[in-house]
Amino acid sequence: MKKIIIFILLLIQSSFIFASEEVYLEKAPIDLSDQPSLQKGARTFINYCLNCHSAKYMRYNKLLDIGLSKKDIKENLLFTGKKIGDPMEISMPVKESKKWFGATPPDLSVTARSRGSDWIYSYMKGFYRDSSREIGWNNLVYANSAMPHILWELQGEQELDKNTGKLSLIKAGKLNQKEYDSVITDLTNFITYMSEPDQLKRKKMGFYVVGFLLLLLVLTIKLKKEFWKDIK
Amino acid sequence: MAKKIDSQDSAGFIGWIDERFPLSSFIKNHLTEYYAPKNFNFWYLFGALALFVFVMQILTGIFLTMHYKPDAAQAFASVEYIMRDVSFGWLIRYMHSTGSSLFFVVIYLHMFKSLMYGSYQKPRELLWIFGVAIFLALMAEAFFGYLLPWGQMSYWGAQVIVNLFAAVPFIGPDLAEWVRGDYLISDATLNRFFAFHVIALPLALAGLILTHLIALHEVGSNNPDGVEIKNYKDKKTGIPLDGIPFHPYYTVKDLIGLTVFLIVFASIIFFAPEMGGYFLEANNFIPADPLVTPSHIAPVWYFTPFYSILRAVPPILNSQFPGVAAMGLSVIIFAFVPWLDKSPVRSIRYKGILFKKWLGAFVVSFIILGYLGTVPSTIWGQFPNVLPLLGGSDVATVVARIFTIVYFSFFILMPIYSKKSITKPVPTRVTMK
Repeated sequence: MKKIIIFILLLIQSSFIFASEEVYLEKAPIDLSDQPSLQKGARTFINYCLNCHSAKYMRYNKLLDIGLSKKDIKENLLFTGKKIGDPMEISMPVKESKKWFGATPPDLSVTARSRGSDWIYSYMKGFYRDSSREIGWNNLVYANSAMPHILWELQGEQELDKNTGKLSLIKAGKLNQKEYDSVITDLTNFITYMSEPDQLKRKKMGFYVVGFLLLLLVLTIKLKKEFWKDIK
Repeated sequence: MAKKIDSQDSAGFIGWIDERFPLSSFIKNHLTEYYAPKNFNFWYLFGALALFVFVMQILTGIFLTMHYKPDAAQAFASVEYIMRDVSFGWLIRYMHSTGSSLFFVVIYLHMFKSLMYGSYQKPRELLWIFGVAIFLALMAEAFFGYLLPWGQMSYWGAQVIVNLFAAVPFIGPDLAEWVRGDYLISDATLNRFFAFHVIALPLALAGLILTHLIALHEVGSNNPDGVEIKNYKDKKTGIPLDGIPFHPYYTVKDLIGLTVFLIVFASIIFFAPEMGGYFLEANNFIPADPLVTPSHIAPVWYFTPFYSILRAVPPILNSQFPGVAAMGLSVIIFAFVPWLDKSPVRSIRYKGILFKKWLGAFVVSFIILGYLGTVPSTIWGQFPNVLPLLGGSDVATVVARIFTIVYFSFFILMPIYSKKSITKPVPTRVTMK
């Protein structure tokens, strides 16, 4: 029996090894309870991403949950003519954008759930110069991605060493590496938050529910003992 | 006029009802005076749990239906609407998605109990067959429901399964088109699957569960010793000596099991609703796209043992039909167990080591086939080309073939090994182990 259990555990373990994609993904150091980070991430997202990508299942007023005030949202983050209860839609037409980029930029509402936070984090750090491509950029995580490096002004330009497969900075940007990493961490944090805005509430509620059930378990065990006293 | 004093008679409101509707006698016959063997163990919990999960799926399903839109253009968005904008929508949705997976956990354990203790043997053959029918209906219910979120896995999973019909000789392609209602999985398919998921199959399930319970209460419950408690009754009262009323004894006992179940259930819902991609798959958070095929399509975990069998059987004359037939048979074959088991005793406690080994081999093959169904068949690489026969073929496929043979041997060879297995003496009365 023990051998079988070990065998099954090995099988499960091997599935995790094989399930990971071939590309190396860096662990995203995100913290969903860090509200300043989420707020910074939201700003980066709205300023840079929300021009081509929509997040149509996310409403602006959900930003209230990460500590932003109504005034903040209205004055700094809402596009003109939008209401605070509106979803984060963009005005770029889907058909046109396909013509421009070769692929419509996907909606990012639940991308953190399909790709994972580590993927987003590594992808945003994986852009490098590639003169063989029309857009001039390529990506280490997602080869021949249709997306150019939107944050190149911040990060600078990277180059791929084809022998080692590693990236190195060839032209400095406005930010140093540490500062850029922190921008990407905040952005990834926000995109992860956005993929399920109620996830923190969910986990918090879980402790109460499971706690209550554990108490109930003690009572049900006592109740059963009381009833079963006379059964032999 | 003297009134006849009868224990059946109740006064007041209940009495008023009893004169018009058999309320008290129903409660007596099925709860307070339904005598169940007193030696039920842990394994006897899962029937009651399955009923609980069924009711919960219906209730959460009703609330989901209030907000879900069965329309290819809106389905995905309406699920996200439930997750974000409907108050506690996320909780209802996770209860339903986790509930479906746990329904299968509970049902598999319930079926395993019956295999262990011979609960399908005479006179419980019909009870068992109703159970197999419930299992079949449940599989259909889960399959139809899985299309509804309209994500990539929903779409391509349905595509793969509906295409199985296309493998039927002669009428296959027409049959698949008839099932889909279109040339590909589309809005028409989504609408009919929705109809099957929310009304047709729940109705069938409710009816089947009722007949399952009627059959159970007619023949009485089996027990871990596999001895008939009705053989030893109190001469005065006619109550089985080893029987205890289901209520309150088993209601309070099942309450413990239910609470433990709820702890597991709540832990998944609140802390890991995706369950590492096994309950909710990452690919299903990408809206269905008929033009983009995911690199790896796998059904949800509870279908994977059968899916593995489908993949393991090699095509004959370029036809996938043998695989499809084997998969169908791997489920239907359960219905024949009452006639395949020739053992003179019911319970595994007295059936002998040979039977135990076969049951163990069956469980191992079920788990390994289940695992292999979740991964690509190239996962373990290929045998080196120098090997005769095996050279070049996928290791995982060969392993799946071996365990497919074990799986079917458990059933097909049962008449032989169940007869040959040296049994131990069965006690006349139940034991409290």
